[in-house]
Amino acid sequence: MATVDLKDVRKIYGGKVEAVKGVSIAIPDKALCVLVGPSGCGKSTLLRMIAGLESITAGAVSIDGKVVNTIGPAERDIAMVFQNYALYPHMKVYDNMAYGLRNRGMGKEDIDKRVRAAAKTLELSHLLDRRPRELSGGQRQRVAMGRAIVRNPKVFLFDEPLSNLDAKLRGQMRVEIKSLQRALGVTSVYVTHDQLEAMTLADTLVVMNAGLVEQTGAPLDVYEKPASTFVASFIGAPPMNLLPTTALPASAGIPVPPGAQTVGFRPEDASIAPTDGGASGLEVSVEGVEPVGAESFIHSLLGGNRVILRAPGRTSVVPGDRLAIGIEPAKLHWFDGAGKRLS
Amino acid sequence: MTDAAARPEAQGTAVALGRREEGEMLGLSRSSRYLAHGLLIVGIVIVAFPIYYTFVASTHTLQTILRPPLPLLPGGEFFNNYYEALFGGIGRIGGVNVWTLLFNTTVMALAIAIGKIVISILSAYAIVFFRFPLRMTFFWLIFITLMLPVEVRIMPTYKVMVDLGLIDTYTGLTLPLMASATATLLFRQFFLTIPGELVEAARIDGAGPWKFFKDILLPLSRTNIAALFVILFIYGWTQYLWPLLMTNRNDMNTIVIALKKMVSFADADTQWHLVMVTSMLAIVPPILVVVLMQRWFVRGLIETEK
Repeated sequence: MATVDLKDVRKIYGGKVEAVKGVSIAIPDKALCVLVGPSGCGKSTLLRMIAGLESITAGAVSIDGKVVNTIGPAERDIAMVFQNYALYPHMKVYDNMAYGLRNRGMGKEDIDKRVRAAAKTLELSHLLDRRPRELSGGQRQRVAMGRAIVRNPKVFLFDEPLSNLDAKLRGQMRVEIKSLQRALGVTSVYVTHDQLEAMTLADTLVVMNAGLVEQTGAPLDVYEKPASTFVASFIGAPPMNLLPTTALPASAGIPVPPGAQTVGFRPEDASIAPTDGGASGLEVSVEGVEPVGAESFIHSLLGGNRVILRAPGRTSVVPGDRLAIGIEPAKLHWFDGAGKRLS
Repeated sequence: MTDAAARPEAQGTAVALGRREEGEMLGLSRSSRYLAHGLLIVGIVIVAFPIYYTFVASTHTLQTILRPPLPLLPGGEFFNNYYEALFGGIGRIGGVNVWTLLFNTTVMALAIAIGKIVISILSAYAIVFFRFPLRMTFFWLIFITLMLPVEVRIMPTYKVMVDLGLIDTYTGLTLPLMASATATLLFRQFFLTIPGELVEAARIDGAGPWKFFKDILLPLSRTNIAALFVILFIYGWTQYLWPLLMTNRNDMNTIVIALKKMVSFADADTQWHLVMVTSMLAIVPPILVVVLMQRWFVRGLIETEK
């Protein structure tokens, strides 16, 4: 249906504040691209520029190969799902979905057909006569999705659509959004600050920080090979453990690559064993234990640096214990002084 | 999230509301509730008695009214008095009958209420939703007119109206009272509470500025408009100083001005029974507006539909 291309896109507010500092992303047809990053990283601004709700200071946004910089939001053939749903409070569910179609001058029968089909897909058929305030959060979310899909647009834009739902519903809607997007095959851009949502939804994951793209790639590639210490600590829960290379005792016998300043490893990549009292290896002292059911997270200190370890199921480790940890050299991540990954 | 799950909740709310109406939510005892009702009844009697007394007076002959004490019960002249006021001319104001007065006052009250609402909702729309040069300057210009009530600027306004030849016209009666900072502010505050996402959703849905105003902003403002209409209608209906200045011809008088003219200094000259009838008739339309619009009025004051 459509590709979305961003070429060196910039946004400067009031001639001073640079919110987006030159972002280039190519989103292939039918892909779901997730922009993830902490608040203030420019991800929402970027999405709003694609939507046409913000002007583009520099660079080019193209949809389906056509530069849309100067085209209004209604003519870009996009549909957007907002964080707070943005349903029209005085209109029934049916009219909420039909409004955009009516404005485009579509015939009554076509509108009816499309709205009913979308309502059926989203299991909203019995709610068409309700007003938004009579619906639960999840239902409102569905109506917002319905309003997007009736239009049959080239691109879906999602602006943190699940952040107002409770955790259980969020998980459920996440799966629904994913399967709906697959089924409709519409190119989508999805903004979130939730790394779990980002990992599970994305075909392409774009990690942003301070107005710049830190890394682009398939979610698991990003997880396994974070391009920077920022990505390493942002993707994954709990995050990757990052230590200065000086914290590794010489006795551990780990060869430090030249130029490396920071070493990282995932909690699940470290094996733990009771310390043998010997001088070899990495030794940590346990500060606290968080059992979450299927696994337990052990918060500990390694030479003054916080380290989180993972133990499967129940663990007999208690605060005050000392543990020896072992990590395969291949599972270590090395970063230079600027926080960039050393390959 | 299913119907069945939503219903019991709704019933629970209804029960809670029912209790609240009985005063239990406030923890009022039986005796303090009687006291509260007693006070309210006393208050109503104090407010309503003069109106009742006016009604009583409007059903007696002039002679009965002029010979104290005035009876406390209605007399037998109801039909005669009201017939004379409604269909005969009233002598002191040049034979103009009450219909003309009521018509004039209605035109004035409606024009002021509708005119004010139209002007202020449009200016608030411009100030809140559009970015144009000197936007805040315009806002403050509107705002400072709050400090200048009609009475303060009445002489210059009168001069302008005279120069434009608008004495004894409906335009002259209503136009200067239409520009209203209060209503503009009220709409501005309401518009500011409308989430930006809603505006953006409408933009993506292809609604231009006019469509957004008509399809989304107006329906959302309807309770505010209704509340404002009630307030402004009564404001227009009870205007005294401005119509006094602007109207010379008796057939352009509003009912309030006519009432004033009907009362002369010497008691004997005044047709008190007709004054009382006219007073009663002057009260009826505002009461009708309030009663008919009460539901909307209250909703406009307490509810924002978002």
